[in-house]
This record gives sequence, structure tokens and C-alpha cells, in this order.
Amino acid sequence: MGKRLASMMDWIDARFPLTETWKYHLAEYYAPKNFNFWYYFGSLAMLVLVNQLLTGIFLTMNYKPDANMAFGSVEYIMRDVDFGWLIRYMHSTGASMFFVVVYLHMFRGMMYGSYRKPRELLWLIGMAIFFVLMMLAFTGYILPWGQMSYWGAQVIVSMVGAIPVVGQTLSNWILGDFMLSDAALNRFFAYHVVTLPVLLVTLVFVHIVALHQVGSNNPDGIEIKANKDPVTHIPVDGIPFHPYYSVKDIVGVVGFLIVFCGIIFFMPEMGGYFLEYNNFIPANTLQTPDHIAPVWYFTPYYSMLRAVTVNFLWVDAKLWGILLMGGSVAIFALLPWLDRSPVKSIRYKGPYFKIALTLFVISVFVLGWLGTKSPTPLYTLLAQIFTVIYFAFFILMPWYSKIDKTKPEPKRVTE
Amino acid sequence: MKKITYILFVLCLVPLSAVASGPEVKLDRAPVQITDTLSLQRGAHTFVNYCLSCHSAEYMRYNRLRDLGLTESQISDNLIFTGQKVGELMTVAMKKTEAKQWFGVAPPDLSVIARSRGPDWLYTYLRKFYRDESTATGWNNLVFDKAAMPHVLYRLQGEQSLVTKTVDDGHGGKHEVSELKLDTPGTLSKAEYDAYVADLVNYLVYLGEPAATKRVHIGIIVMLFLFVMLGLAYALKHEYWKDIH
Repeated sequence: MGKRLASMMDWIDARFPLTETWKYHLAEYYAPKNFNFWYYFGSLAMLVLVNQLLTGIFLTMNYKPDANMAFGSVEYIMRDVDFGWLIRYMHSTGASMFFVVVYLHMFRGMMYGSYRKPRELLWLIGMAIFFVLMMLAFTGYILPWGQMSYWGAQVIVSMVGAIPVVGQTLSNWILGDFMLSDAALNRFFAYHVVTLPVLLVTLVFVHIVALHQVGSNNPDGIEIKANKDPVTHIPVDGIPFHPYYSVKDIVGVVGFLIVFCGIIFFMPEMGGYFLEYNNFIPANTLQTPDHIAPVWYFTPYYSMLRAVTVNFLWVDAKLWGILLMGGSVAIFALLPWLDRSPVKSIRYKGPYFKIALTLFVISVFVLGWLGTKSPTPLYTLLAQIFTVIYFAFFILMPWYSKIDKTKPEPKRVTE
Repeated sequence: MKKITYILFVLCLVPLSAVASGPEVKLDRAPVQITDTLSLQRGAHTFVNYCLSCHSAEYMRYNRLRDLGLTESQISDNLIFTGQKVGELMTVAMKKTEAKQWFGVAPPDLSVIARSRGPDWLYTYLRKFYRDESTATGWNNLVFDKAAMPHVLYRLQGEQSLVTKTVDDGHGGKHEVSELKLDTPGTLSKAEYDAYVADLVNYLVYLGEPAATKRVHIGIIVMLFLFVMLGLAYALKHEYWKDIH
């Protein structure tokens, strides 16, 4: 039997690099042995991706992308489709949890300098994934065609309309109508179930290829490839991904599933943060809700959009807000070139970086919280202050990362 | 480091919580208990008698009420007044366009009303109607000013009127407080009416998500399974990682 299996593998390997791929990406991919808690979120993001793809297929079988039927078809899934409620909650909770794990994954990269040379391209591919993920979340949120779906999308689409000269034409072209309507719902559905998932899966594949080319960073921010065994040429601080990290990631997966299933089964609306209460009202094109708030993962950017209240340099306040919001996401891509510190990891960086990162995290939380609230003069002022702090983290980084008092990096990874 | 982040974060929120304002009318807490099938049955009875003439629940099928421990024949004999079949949806005959002419606004579908409004709002709303001659229906509501819906349950609750009092707040300032006074008693006492509305709201919560009870039951099994899995996964990891370090 073993002999037969071996000859079958030979047959396949002569035609497809199966054993080679297995070894290159898993059995002989040497990862640093000192990964900590923060290193679970990459594999968890892939788990959520698979969850979204699988549950998405079953939702597509019963959902109707029609302005008159969309809301009802979601309720049909929730009531009349066998276990439709479970599939739908897995998908809606998965959307929010995707952002949770991706934000934690990005924060890990920021703490340990995973964006630094030689991983700049890896970071940029990750940024592209983040952008596609946001587009997926946006197009997906429209589909239930509730009040928040409709008016939230209206806010986003009106941003296109604010672009000078071509804005209105561009908006009409994107919507296929003069307003958000059935035509837009149909095409956003097409983007959500075909275009964007294909892009996302491709980018994730490319992200992993790039990762395995340069090798994983680690909490010490030192290159394990710089210290290889002279005989085997294996990094002395590296261990094969499989079985060591495959079995470790299973622990992470089960731990994550406890949280994930806890939300799905016991609090699927997550207090109105994962499923907004107003989205249980069918879209009414004639009735603007008093208070339009995006889902939590977009609220920090939404706060920054609203923070600009004055026209400046012949440019409308709204357009500045849009530029600021776009900039707040795009600026992450510059991190590899903004960080001038001689060390990568926060473990060896000085107090300036630690203070800056702390302030940055606080500003993200405060902006996120403000984005869920109706604006008042005080809230707008707070949003302005924390927007400045948010951007200062990036813009001042070349300066504070250079003069910061760093500690020497170790030669080998620490426990 | 984590501690500092946490402390700073909490400190940032302290001044914000002071300025966050609450809703205008304080909502009473609805005693929701969706596992209480008797309460749900009473609520369903009220719902089909009083609500389902104008409001539809067009995503809900009558035979789903088997969830409440009823048989299909019990459902068709006691809860269907429209001649519909037990597998059909809870629709109403009233046309939306006509309803809009009569009430100014078409009565909303109630399938997921408990998920958008919340049980506390519904529980308070249904108990805070009062007589107001200035409105088209002769009724107004403390929670929803100029609500288009008349007080359908007034024979049970009785008729209330609005009393506005000026109250001294003890610091030299005065502010107005609105209260409802029962002028004409209904067939139910206050406690009976509150319980009656509680049953209806309980049913509306069930109606918003009929699978909720099943969801929680399955969830408990899933969680137990996952905790066992966590132990096994950790033991497996521990076994493999013995030779590292």
C-alpha cells in the first residue's frame, strides 16, 4: 500500500510540483520559533475568508438582488431556509470579525515592524487586501436593503459626487441611475459575489507567496535567516511551519471559534454594532434616518470625514473630508518608508515610539466611538483633535523614530 | 504598556460619557421571556386579534407558530381569521396605498419591528397612549408624538390624558414634567394591562427572530464542544512543542 502511494506521488510529482509545494510552503517553511499571541491573526483571517466564501455561496442561493425583494429574501433566509439563520449570522458576524482579525494583524505588523525591509511589498499587498476587504464590506452591507444599507451607501456614493467637475457623471456611471436604486443594487451584488472575492482570494495567495519568499518577521524583529546552520542551511531559530505552527494555529482557531460562536449564538447583533437596529427597517428612499452611522469598522474614517467643517483653499469642506478619509487609509502604505528607526520591534524601540503608538491606538478608538454618535460641537472638536493625533503618528514618524533612544537588538530570538 | 493604553483609553472616555444624552422619554423595561410559551400564545392571540387587521407580518408563516407548542389545527381554528391556509404568510387585505390615505402613513410590517424598535420601546409605546383632540385620530402618544396609530387597546387600558406639572427641582430651578392620568378605567386593571402588553411584546420579540430559542440551544452544545476541542488542541500542541526551546 505504502509503495503504491509512493509511486502515485511520483506520478503526480512528475506532472505537478505537489511534494515540492508542500515542502516549500509547509513542511520546510521555517518560521521563527518565538511567535506569540499576535501571530494567530494571519491564519485566522484566512479562516474567516473561507467562512465568508462558504456561507456566501449558500446565501447567494436564496438571496434576491432586487430592490423590492432583497429585504424580504433576507428574512426568508432567516425563517424559511433550513439553518438559514445560522448561515446568515455566520456571514454577518464573519464580516465584522474579518475586520477584527485584520486590524489586529495590522497592529501586530506595526508593533514588530513587519512592514520594514525586506517586507515592504508584503505590506503593500496587505494594504491592497485591506482595500478590497473594505469594498467587499461596503458592497455587502448594501445587499439587505435596509435603511442603513441604503443611507449608508448614499453617504459613500455622495462622496464620489463631491469630486470636482466629473463627480456627478462618475456617480451616475457607477450607480447606473441618477440615484441609488435597483440598478446599483444589482451591480453591487455582482461586485460582492464575483469581482471582489476573486480579487481578494488572488491577493491573499500573492500575500502568502510574498511572505514565504522573505520569511516571517517575529516579535524580536530580527532576521532568522541571518543565522543559519552551516551544514543544513536551516535558520537556527526557525522551526518547520508544519507540524509546529499548524498544530499551534489549531489552538488559535478553536479559541477564535469560541468567541465567534459566542457572538453568533448568543448575541448576533452584538448590541447593534454587528447588525444595526435601523437596518431591520426596509430601505425607504423618501425618508432619511435622523442618524446615519456606518458599521463599527468604518466609524474611525467616518469621524475623520465629518471632522472637516471649513472650506480651505477654494476646496469644499466635504472634499477635504473625503481626501482626509482616503488619506487616513492610504497613509498606512507609506509606513515602510516613514519608519527610520534602527530597530524593527517595539521591544527595542524607545519611549517616543511607544507613546506615539499608544496615542494612535487611543485616537482610533475615540474616532471609532465618535463615528457612532450624532455630531455635536464638542464631538466635532474631539474628532478634529484626534484626527490630528492620528495623522501625526505617521507624519512625525520619520523624525521621532530617528531620534528615539533604542535598545540593542539581540543576536538570537528571545523566549 | 497594555495597562497604560487601557488607563489612557478609559480616561479619554470619562468626560465623553458625561455629555452623552439619553432619550427624551424614559423607556420601561419590557419583561421579555421568549421561552415562556404560554405568554407567547397569549401574545399571538392578541396579535392576530388586534394588530393583524392593519399591520402585516408578511415574512412569518402561520404554521411557524407550532414553535409555541400549538398544532396546525389549533392554529387554523383559533388564530386565522382571514380564511388563509396554515402554510401562508401573515399578510393583510388592506392595500398600502389605501392605508396611506386613511392613516397618512401605511402601517409598517411587524415581522422585525422588535429588532428595529427594541422591546422596551414597544412595551412603553403600547402603554403611553393618551387622549388628544388636536390629532386626526383623537389619540397621541408620549413615546411617539403624533403617532398615526389610534389606541387600539383602549377598551382594555381605559383612556388616559396628559397632565403637565411644573416641578421645583430643589435648586431654585423649575422644569416641566409630563405624566399620564387614567380618566376612564378600562376592562383591565393597570397590572393586568401591563401583563397583557408584556405578552404581546414578548410575542413580537419572538416574531422578530423565531429561531432565537433554537439558536441558543444549539449554541450551548456548540460551546461545550468547542471547550473540549480547546483542551484537545492545546494538548496536541503541547505534545508537539515538547522538543522546541
